[in-house]
Amino acid sequence: MAVEFCAKYSDLEQTGVRGGNAHRTRNASGGTVALANALQIISLTDPGRVRGHNEDCVESRPDIGVVVLADGMGGYNAGEVASGMATSLIASGLAQVWTRENLDKLDRDGASHFSQEVLAQQVSAANRAIFDAAQKDPQCAGMGTTLVACLFYDNFLTVGHIGDSRLYRMRNDALEQITRDHSLLQEQIDSGLITKEDARSSHNKNLVTRAVGIDPDVETEIHTYEVAEGDIFLLCSDGLNDMIEDEEIQMTLIALRSNLDLTAQQLVQAANDAGGRDNVSVMLIKVLNSFPVQRGFWAKFKALFG
Amino acid sequence: MAKLILSVDGTVLKEISLAKERTTLGRKPHNDIQVDNLAVSGEHAAIITILNDSFIEDLNSTNGTLVNGKPIKKHFLQNNDVIEIGKHKLKYFNDTPVQTAAADFERTMIIRKPAAAPPAPAVPAAAPAMPVAAAPNLSDTQTNMRPLSPPVSPTPAAPPPATAQTAAPAPMPSAPASVAPAPGATREAAIQVLSGAAAGRTLDLTKNLTTIGKPGVQVAVITRRPTGFFITHVEGASFPTINGVALGAQAQQLGDHDMIEIAGVKMDFFFRS
Repeated sequence: MAVEFCAKYSDLEQTGVRGGNAHRTRNASGGTVALANALQIISLTDPGRVRGHNEDCVESRPDIGVVVLADGMGGYNAGEVASGMATSLIASGLAQVWTRENLDKLDRDGASHFSQEVLAQQVSAANRAIFDAAQKDPQCAGMGTTLVACLFYDNFLTVGHIGDSRLYRMRNDALEQITRDHSLLQEQIDSGLITKEDARSSHNKNLVTRAVGIDPDVETEIHTYEVAEGDIFLLCSDGLNDMIEDEEIQMTLIALRSNLDLTAQQLVQAANDAGGRDNVSVMLIKVLNSFPVQRGFWAKFKALFG
Repeated sequence: MAKLILSVDGTVLKEISLAKERTTLGRKPHNDIQVDNLAVSGEHAAIITILNDSFIEDLNSTNGTLVNGKPIKKHFLQNNDVIEIGKHKLKYFNDTPVQTAAADFERTMIIRKPAAAPPAPAVPAAAPAMPVAAAPNLSDTQTNMRPLSPPVSPTPAAPPPATAQTAAPAPMPSAPASVAPAPGATREAAIQVLSGAAAGRTLDLTKNLTTIGKPGVQVAVITRRPTGFFITHVEGASFPTINGVALGAQAQQLGDHDMIEIAGVKMDFFFRS
């Protein structure tokens, strides 16, 4: 099976520090460590075994700790237009506002609040752009996309999501689903109409209740969580979690965690071995070191004159 | 569309299409399905249909509702389920394929709240016009994680430094009902350790992933796939060898009685007859 690798790839070997904009944090020992070195990020997307083309899209900006995954839908093959617009607009939009100038003034709570604010703004802007494009171009009418986007900073993570693309966290060998799908099925589970076990055999798996680009405005669900060294985060499209069970995802993350590349390939391969009926995308983020931001006098001094 | 066939003592009485979101069943005439028999309560049960899925709920009837011989309060109906109410039987038919090959059918689609419908943007052609009344809670959801709290997690089981250990504590998940080819179409296989402290031990490769080697030194994984068993290098500066030849970066399919050497230990891969 051919697994197509995304160009976006960061590893310890790469410094990840580009130009003057690179965001730097200080580690506990006082040395300067780029955020890109604290996080190992692997992205992999595959059309699966049934679909002719891939409507999923992934993008990462290791220097500012941003990862975005989108699963496009609708329109005349315009799903990938919607998902491509969402990932690139949100990633580049965040790069514009998530800057040292804006952040150095803020304490940790302030930064966490600001991260939620900018994420909501960028998703909102992307939503409007996709919606407008869908209105203008008949080929794109009705296109939309699910979304899961994460922003890592100062040992926390802010995640925004819309639809049924997911974020999982593996900590101490326990896998936990962090986002809750905006889908008809999830609502049926929440209301007690159907059990989680029964949900596997539902005919209504593919219906999301929220998507980016369908309406002029969209509500993004945003939360902030603590991040610990050793955590592995998994962003995925429903092509993964519809095809293989959480137990198998967990088993794979535990068995292969020392080789994140292989973990991503194995997850995609398992989804394809199970039928591969949808595009499948995974992004893995391993927290190699903690990434606290120092805010002492020196940091303030540098902020004033930097 | 799903339907019910009402019968008594093997005689078919009628066929009911589950077109409504709520179909009621009882002895009284206002029910959608009226069964005029004293064993049936006035309002006995209701069938709730949401798109392609239907649920039956017993409305606290005197004599109860059985599905496939078992009393139920609420039940997610599956194709060919038999509902029994007194002497009457209702067989449930739903031949909508459970998301099989029909790729177009299962494409992710958005469903919309009628109330929230904005100044009429082009509705996606694929989106079905549908009742969303049964979707009660569209507000933000919460996970049970505490935001911005110090990480508290259960301590993991200490990783055993075994020479040949199976990958994960989690049991092999059974293949999801809707998933087409069950893994395990392959023959059973095992590895036998030929040298080192564990020499003579045999390990059946029953899981989808089995890691072998010494963590931190040299680890490989054997994956069980529909097409066979494959070995891939996971970690370590040097790669394991198969029949004396070093493994490449790619996965390699294992043949009967291939000799694996990893972290100084020789193992024999073989198929179980």
